[in-house]
Amino acid sequence: MIGVVVARLLGAIPTLLLVSLITFAILHLIPGDPAVVMAGLSATPQDVAQIRSDLGLDQPLLGQLVHWYAGLLHGNLGRSLLLGQDVLEAILQRLPVTLSLSLYGLVLTLLIGVAGGVLAALKQNTIVDQAAMIGAMIGISMPSFFFAPLMVLVFAVHFGWLPSGGYVNFIDSPLGWLRAATLPAVSLALLQVGLLARITRSTMLEVLRQDYVRTARAKGLSGMSVVGKHALANAMIPITTVVGIAISLLLSGSVVIETIFSVPGIGQLLTQAVLNRDYPLVQGGLLVLTTVLVLVNIAVDVAYAAMDPRVRLGG
Amino acid sequence: MSTIEDDDEAPSRPWRDTLVRLMHHRLFVTGLVLFGIVLIAGLAAPWAAGVDPSKIGMRTRFKPPSADFLFGTDNLGRSLWSRTLWGAQLSMIIGVSVVALNAVFGTIIGALAGYVRLLDKLIMGLNDAMMAFPAVLLAIGITAALGSSVLNVIIALSIVYIPRTARIVRASVIVLREMEYVQAAVAAGAGHWRILSRHIMPNALAPLIVQLSFLFAYAVLTEATLSFLGLGAVPPTPTWGNIMADGRQYLTDAPWIITIPGVALMLTVLGLNLLGDGLRDVLDPRLRIQP
Repeated sequence: MIGVVVARLLGAIPTLLLVSLITFAILHLIPGDPAVVMAGLSATPQDVAQIRSDLGLDQPLLGQLVHWYAGLLHGNLGRSLLLGQDVLEAILQRLPVTLSLSLYGLVLTLLIGVAGGVLAALKQNTIVDQAAMIGAMIGISMPSFFFAPLMVLVFAVHFGWLPSGGYVNFIDSPLGWLRAATLPAVSLALLQVGLLARITRSTMLEVLRQDYVRTARAKGLSGMSVVGKHALANAMIPITTVVGIAISLLLSGSVVIETIFSVPGIGQLLTQAVLNRDYPLVQGGLLVLTTVLVLVNIAVDVAYAAMDPRVRLGG
Repeated sequence: MSTIEDDDEAPSRPWRDTLVRLMHHRLFVTGLVLFGIVLIAGLAAPWAAGVDPSKIGMRTRFKPPSADFLFGTDNLGRSLWSRTLWGAQLSMIIGVSVVALNAVFGTIIGALAGYVRLLDKLIMGLNDAMMAFPAVLLAIGITAALGSSVLNVIIALSIVYIPRTARIVRASVIVLREMEYVQAAVAAGAGHWRILSRHIMPNALAPLIVQLSFLFAYAVLTEATLSFLGLGAVPPTPTWGNIMADGRQYLTDAPWIITIPGVALMLTVLGLNLLGDGLRDVLDPRLRIQP
């Protein structure tokens, strides 16, 4: 198992190097002088010169690249003009908010998605199956920035059960966190629930046709035992691979959802950074979230190996 | 003369057979109808929209849907019927452009990686790095750098999705490259171009077509996300995303502003997803659901 972990971590190094290179290149996609664009209309030449030297833009390209990687090695992603704060510090402050929301979303995804998919597979071609799959299709097709305002309209404005925005730290008040995070997490999870339900259904249908399931049934095991111990345990392996995709979508979705619900996480920070042309913050946000995602995918790979001896022993 | 034709076996018509099977796929047809409606709405916008989508009317603000204003008006008294139709056109322009660019560059890059072993590691390494970014976040980052415009959104979405398309093409090419009939063509002295264009690519089309129909949905959805965040086409150009962003502020008093483009967007994406599912079922049943 340790071998798998080490191999996956080493394998991620070239990817992360390229990811940071692409993030670096984004600054150079800006038409014209990035320092002028960033400084804005009311900037003095001194401001522009300050930004230029902060970002190392006064150096030749190779020098800028060295500047960028030297910064990364020191955990220095530059300074945010918008916040007047160190970029990495600003991001790390907000990371727990985004991660807690994503985790809540992931739990909802797994519970509802797997349950829906299993139920649909067990009741194949019945009205339950059809209802679940229509629901999943709508979940996949519903834009989160349409669904979220509708949720606000119903549960915040009409019923007044949940707040329409804002955020409470879990440590300050777990109940307050739950109330504040529920609508964002549900909105965030919708797409992945649909996706996972569909994949779980098709995987379960395949597994339920296998000989060992028939054997389990033939030897008189109860329905629950067959589904839980034999079928679902095997179906979990392909389902695990979807978790990586689900987390990618959760992190992507956080930009829109945190903006809608005024949740002070990285997503909201990124929107503000983009609208204010605060490029170091944009680069930092992209780099940190992508690195989180790469690490999560490694964790998923390792979990996959732990669950499936064929992968563990073969790899 | 006619004997030659008589000697021919019954012509096989793979395209026609596929079409017949697609037309019997209920969900595919539903998707086709939904998508067709949006496509026609986009094409017809210059004639069907009636008033200018940017025409402000202070006396017609916040009118709910009625006979005068089929879809109602927004906070500036602009006709939502007109804005939604023009928004449909923009969504279609973006979708078609991104799909076309992906079809061309995804195929070239994927075929190169799959066919030329020397390039495979290099191209796929870069591809993996591009795909490590959450798609929407990368699109946001690139659009932020390039600046807000329709063209830049198309460029950003293409940069984000071409690696994903290339990956699918490469996967098919790698399998097909080793097929016996391809080896036979090599042995018969066919050149690389002929092998790729005549023997490999036609058989790699099915997964590509499936991918492109889903890609159309992602392109439309991601563009709407960008303009919802204020990063897409510059206002007053109507897009479904920026109409919805406006509408969100008047959610309780004028819920139709966000609902109309929201439903339009949802039905478009739904239609394309059904279309993609249908194509996958018929063309390539081995493929699973892929995001």
